Amino acid sequence: MTATGTYAPKPGAAPLPRMIGTQAALETRMLLRNGEQLLLTVIIPTLLLVLFSSVDIVDTGAGEPVDFLAPGILALAVMSTAFTGQAIATGFERRYGVLKRLASSPLPRWALMTAKTASVLVTEVLQVVLLTVIAFALGWSPHGNPLAVLLLLVLGTAAFSGLGLLMAGTLKAEATLAAANLVFLLLLIGGGVIVPLDKFPAGVQDVLALLPVSALSDGLRDVLQHGAAMPWGDAGILAAWAVVGLAAAGKFFRWE
Amino acid sequence: MRSEPVVQVQALVKRYGGKTAVDGLDLVARAGVTAVLGPNGAGKTTTVETCEGYRRPDAGTVRVLGLDPVRESAALRPRIGVMLQSGGVYSGARADEMLRHMARLHAHPLDVDALIERLGLGSCGRTSYRRLSGGQQQRLALAMAVVGRPELVFLDEPTAGLDPQARRATWDLVRDLRADGVSVILTTHYMDEAEQLADDVAIIDAGKVIAQGSPEELCRGGAENTLRFTGRPGLDVGSLLKALPADCSAAELTPGSYRVSGKVDPQLLATVTSWCAQHGVMPEKISVERHSLEDVFLELTGKELRS
Repeated sequence: MTATGTYAPKPGAAPLPRMIGTQAALETRMLLRNGEQLLLTVIIPTLLLVLFSSVDIVDTGAGEPVDFLAPGILALAVMSTAFTGQAIATGFERRYGVLKRLASSPLPRWALMTAKTASVLVTEVLQVVLLTVIAFALGWSPHGNPLAVLLLLVLGTAAFSGLGLLMAGTLKAEATLAAANLVFLLLLIGGGVIVPLDKFPAGVQDVLALLPVSALSDGLRDVLQHGAAMPWGDAGILAAWAVVGLAAAGKFFRWE
Repeated sequence: MRSEPVVQVQALVKRYGGKTAVDGLDLVARAGVTAVLGPNGAGKTTTVETCEGYRRPDAGTVRVLGLDPVRESAALRPRIGVMLQSGGVYSGARADEMLRHMARLHAHPLDVDALIERLGLGSCGRTSYRRLSGGQQQRLALAMAVVGRPELVFLDEPTAGLDPQARRATWDLVRDLRADGVSVILTTHYMDEAEQLADDVAIIDAGKVIAQGSPEELCRGGAENTLRFTGRPGLDVGSLLKALPADCSAAELTPGSYRVSGKVDPQLLATVTSWCAQHGVMPEKISVERHSLEDVFLELTGKELRS
């Protein structure tokens, strides 16, 4: 049945770009195939954007509601993918031995993490395109420098990835699932995404403003709604979260 | 035939908390198929996972294909194939998708379609991993271990829980790997698996290798064997015993059915038949029973394997 020599050893790792590319493609497919993940990353942000833009539930201040909401929803989209989605997916990969199995494949660990980041970025691009189109349809008129927006999105992704991986690499998969969803919900409400932070009491506001999602939505709003230049304060908060989160994840992540 | 070792473990110690899982284990595996046999909790998986680079030894040295599995992991990983005891696949991935993915991580992978066909994974279709049967999951893990055309494959209990057909398919693949020059280290607690597949068997108990050799050597060496014959009832067993070497025993089990236990060699057989000749006994149904690996194991450890 089998010709002699079929299994004759011929070992070798694939070239790194191919390994990272195929790994990123697989991770992205797994994410897009997962119904719960799509709910979190696509359906909830879309619904919130449409609902709160067209129905006057929350007082979003002067101007079109969509001009206030779109930046917040973009921040939420980044959080849903880089933090919640990545934490849950990675937690279960750890639980089901996927990370373990890949660790003995030719794919280096840093390449796996690079692929994960690439997969997160691809998903975010899809989210941003979709949400931008919907926001325009709702009458959104953004201002500002696209490069400042890009930098904020990248810093936000780094901050949320660090926190998500820290959670996935230290807690049990079920705990990660519960905690990541809870954090998503709390930050959705208290992170200036759809409810302006100035609705909260003054003392609470100052604390909430330091949250990564608040910094991201506030920074995006400064640029996109008010046409500000680079909001360095918010960028600094995000950078600090990124450094702390990624360093902690690097130190405490357990692969098994 | 006896080539360079593919795996060399010296005085390996591995502890988890206060519990010592591997306790000064020495193991040399050469080209071919080596079975690591032992009851649950003997330290088989810990030993194999240390060779795969998953665990850092607390003491001792491990070399796999001449490399340190932890420090030289990057050089070693492309050359080995690993089948974990369970898991290792994205729960939402399809079997062919995962196998193609593993293939793409290697420079010269096997033909994925042929491997799918070979292991009967074609029937998995578009089913995601979490919905595959246990046997399908096992065969996928096996396929993932060999798809990169490794020099050395580690299989951790590759047939645990498989039905007889799937078990046979796994055995056939292991034989083909061996024939094509791939070395295999497999852990098992099935005696027949070790007897069928292995060139070399290492029996592990309580974190140590307590015996190693080919299945024939293990069954022959040291172990007691049995010689049986039938003759007329009521023969003088005491007189037979005097003719035998001191460490043998003899008994009439049922009237006319005799058993001699001890180191059964040609000399012993000659002694028994000449005693029969002297006593005018025609020994009918004379037979020598070689002990199975299972008997050897029981003798060495006093433990049942399939616990």
